[in-house]
Amino acid sequence: MLNLLWVLLGGYVAGILLPFCLPRDPNAQNLMTSVPAIVATSAGVVLGLLGLTSSEPVTGSLASTIPLLTLAIRLDSLAAFFVLTISVVGLAASIYAIGYLRHFAGRTSIATLGALFNAYLLAMTFVVLADNGFFFLLAWELMSLLSYFLVVTEHEKADVRYAGLFYLIMTHVGTAFIVVAFLIFFQSTGSFSFETFRHPGQPLHEGMKTLVFLMALIGFGTKAGIVPLHVWLPYAHPVAPSHVSAVMSGVMIKTAIYGLIRVYFDFFGGQFPWWWGFTVLLLGATSALLGVMYALMEHDLKRLLAFHSVENIGIILLGIGVGMIFQSYGLKELAALGLLAGIYHTINHALFKALLFLGAGSLLYATDTRNMEEYGGLLRRMPWTGLFFLIGAVSISALPPTNGFVSEWLVFQSLFLSFQIPTVFLKLMLPIAAAILALTGVLVLACFAKAFGITFLAQPRSAHARHAEEAPVPMRIAMGFLATFCVALGIAPMVVVPLLDRVVTPLAGISIARNILAIDGWALAPVNVEFSSLSTPVLALLLVALSLLGLALAVTLGGRLKPRRYKTWGCGINLSPRMEYTATGFVQPIKRVFSTIYQPTVKLETEFLDESRYFAKRRHFEFHIEPIFEKYLYDPLVAFFAALADRLKVIQAGSLHLYLTYIFVTLIALLLLAV
Amino acid sequence: MLESVTLIVAQTTVLLAVSPFLVGLIRKVKARLQLRRGASVLQPYADLVKLFQKQPVISTTTSWIFTATPYIVFASTLTAGLLVPTFTSQTPMNFAGNIIALVYLLALGTFFLILAGLDAGSAFGGMGGSREAIVASLTEPAMILSIFAIALTAGSTNLSTVVHKTAVLEGIMTDPSPHLMALAALFIVALAETGRVPVDNPATHLELTMIHEAMVLEYSGRYLALLEWAAGLKLAVFLSLIANVFAPWGIATTMTPAAMAIGLLVYLAKIAALAVAIGVIECMFAKLRLFRVTDLLGVAFILALLGLLFFYILRS
Repeated sequence: MLNLLWVLLGGYVAGILLPFCLPRDPNAQNLMTSVPAIVATSAGVVLGLLGLTSSEPVTGSLASTIPLLTLAIRLDSLAAFFVLTISVVGLAASIYAIGYLRHFAGRTSIATLGALFNAYLLAMTFVVLADNGFFFLLAWELMSLLSYFLVVTEHEKADVRYAGLFYLIMTHVGTAFIVVAFLIFFQSTGSFSFETFRHPGQPLHEGMKTLVFLMALIGFGTKAGIVPLHVWLPYAHPVAPSHVSAVMSGVMIKTAIYGLIRVYFDFFGGQFPWWWGFTVLLLGATSALLGVMYALMEHDLKRLLAFHSVENIGIILLGIGVGMIFQSYGLKELAALGLLAGIYHTINHALFKALLFLGAGSLLYATDTRNMEEYGGLLRRMPWTGLFFLIGAVSISALPPTNGFVSEWLVFQSLFLSFQIPTVFLKLMLPIAAAILALTGVLVLACFAKAFGITFLAQPRSAHARHAEEAPVPMRIAMGFLATFCVALGIAPMVVVPLLDRVVTPLAGISIARNILAIDGWALAPVNVEFSSLSTPVLALLLVALSLLGLALAVTLGGRLKPRRYKTWGCGINLSPRMEYTATGFVQPIKRVFSTIYQPTVKLETEFLDESRYFAKRRHFEFHIEPIFEKYLYDPLVAFFAALADRLKVIQAGSLHLYLTYIFVTLIALLLLAV
Repeated sequence: MLESVTLIVAQTTVLLAVSPFLVGLIRKVKARLQLRRGASVLQPYADLVKLFQKQPVISTTTSWIFTATPYIVFASTLTAGLLVPTFTSQTPMNFAGNIIALVYLLALGTFFLILAGLDAGSAFGGMGGSREAIVASLTEPAMILSIFAIALTAGSTNLSTVVHKTAVLEGIMTDPSPHLMALAALFIVALAETGRVPVDNPATHLELTMIHEAMVLEYSGRYLALLEWAAGLKLAVFLSLIANVFAPWGIATTMTPAAMAIGLLVYLAKIAALAVAIGVIECMFAKLRLFRVTDLLGVAFILALLGLLFFYILRS
């Protein structure tokens, strides 16, 4: 298996170096960087699958000259699962890049972009493989920095630079918290090795454990984009090139989920009080609901998708949180179920969110705009992109029989099983979380009905959309690849569940695949068949069979008259795209019903004709929703630090001698402290 | 195996056969209460046959989504119907999905209906879809909580198991108050989901009020027939759900022909009674303004939550 790791490493390194050998030809550079990435990610897929199925974790290490740093890796089932997720999405993104990078030819260096992308995937793979705290942080930081460089690919635009800076600051704040969490471990164990984190000589003090919990939650939470730490995500993800957005939203934010599971379930061995799980659950529910609510108001397709990442991270955390709650009450089976639901949703979200971002990229490629109000009628111009985007939309809306439905269903079941918890408070709170998840589910449906309907259906709303052309073949292949997985993971949970069970077993200490799979794997039945069961293959069969029944009824009961084609009745005047419902109009009732959350401001200015006030010459309509978190949480913080920096200005006189004095004084002080 | 297939076919047939009747019955009750004679209760069957035979007109702006939607809506509603017990408590498709699956199958139909509404390119379709989205998002939390309150008593979220257990062990309810609250909540949900007064008015084509009708406005011929049938099916699904979950008495709990026959008769009587109740409600109340619907559905949610709270308090 280590050979495969070398293939992976070699592939990525080739993808970084090769494009620079051909300085002139962008097309050759494109191939030189994408093909090695495809090889490396394919190796990653195999490596992940082998790691998932092997019984013993694979380890390896290289000593380094830097003190405390050993380049140790460990491929256990959890790491293998994330390597698999990263590689599958990375593979699709690399295939996609072959077509998509043409978009950037002449505007930016394809060699640099491709090299950064390869390095980024490599860093991410090592984040989940690392078995040493120092090494982990190094890979983590590399991943963050490389993604920053990818985000600012189009740095000539001011909003891209702003988004990049915002992202850079937020991710470093997050990293700082993770560093603190690891330093606490280091302080009590004297080593950065994950093995000693797992089995420290003397157990961590209770207070310290709580501190680690909070630090890891904030640190990883920033990367995952949980509310209220999500503010950077809708800025940074959309401005990156679309295949990078797909990897960022699909898998980079999942490395934070990996971190949380690693720390809580692996390092702490699942020993924690119930309120840890409850906190995670609460944050999950909040992120899920607010994520989708803000997504609904977005008309920039990629920003909309970015907000949905916040929402889906929320759903994943609902699963993990409920698993943690069960774990702290010693209900091992249910804990395993919650965790399994969480990681099932992790891979599902990686697949459909990457698919949707790639779809958005194809739209951007074809129309040069991200504004949904300028799309329309694209299903005819881009039938394949449309079909794949529809599959992604159905999956993210958790509609049967796709993959999103299966994992959300499992989350629902684990929330319902809360009646086994001994406290009434949690017995009530968990069903409420289920209700919030139900609300989230329908709002996602509404949001993607809007996203797909406004984008792909009816008449084109702009010249861009009228002249759009279907995406190049590699881009279609990449989307089709992910779409196939979205359907396959939905109708074949009996294949997926045993694999995921191998991830969950060491963490929860119990294997539940046999309890979940009922009737020879045809149905999922968490805990027992009596309580609940689901069979997506049967549902899929029924859906197909009954559609055919509908068709048969239509043929036998009626004539076979060919439908007549005629224009839509527009009350006597010719139908124009301006009569279509807009994305803004579509969500108006939702905006109004939930106005307490949105705090919308609407401004309508009308300029009338001089002759009569009954005829408007020009109307100007503006509407904003209040960015609550930025206004009430981040702006005061920023103001505070700006004021603090202002105060500290006095010690920065700009004289080199003064600074040397500072360094000298600090050194003396530290030496004195050490003595 | 053969028995299961027969039961599936039987249930499909019953649902398909009974749904136009329910629509006709509600119309008849409304007409009589409004001192009109009204059309025969069998009129919807004639309507369906006629619609199937008409040549459909399809808008030139539409895509394949528009023609695929009627089949998807029809199939998803019927699949949802197979998860609900009707005349027998041992539905063969019980294992295929529980209440969550039912809710999401219906959502699949809603999703495609909204898309079809947008596809025709007129403002009406979008308007209907937009309203449907907000009504659906407010009903589903209430629906899930109310069913959960009942599921707790029976120890299952699979509808057949709930009904079977309640029917066989009639005494499992120690106190009816959680059930009554959940029933009230689910009834409001059913009115909203099936597009009935006071949430939507199926008899109107006025742009100020219509929701479901606005989405299917551009449909004609066999496509409209399938959608109308699916709407009737959805009504039948909800009425069966309410009738059997809250009053499972008389349902066939064994596989004998006699029990089945009695079960079928009792089932028809129960859903007919519920349909009459809906007809009466439609006459007694005016349609609510769209932004008042939220209050009604808020009440449903609170009722369901109270039902759950009562369950735990009475237990402990």
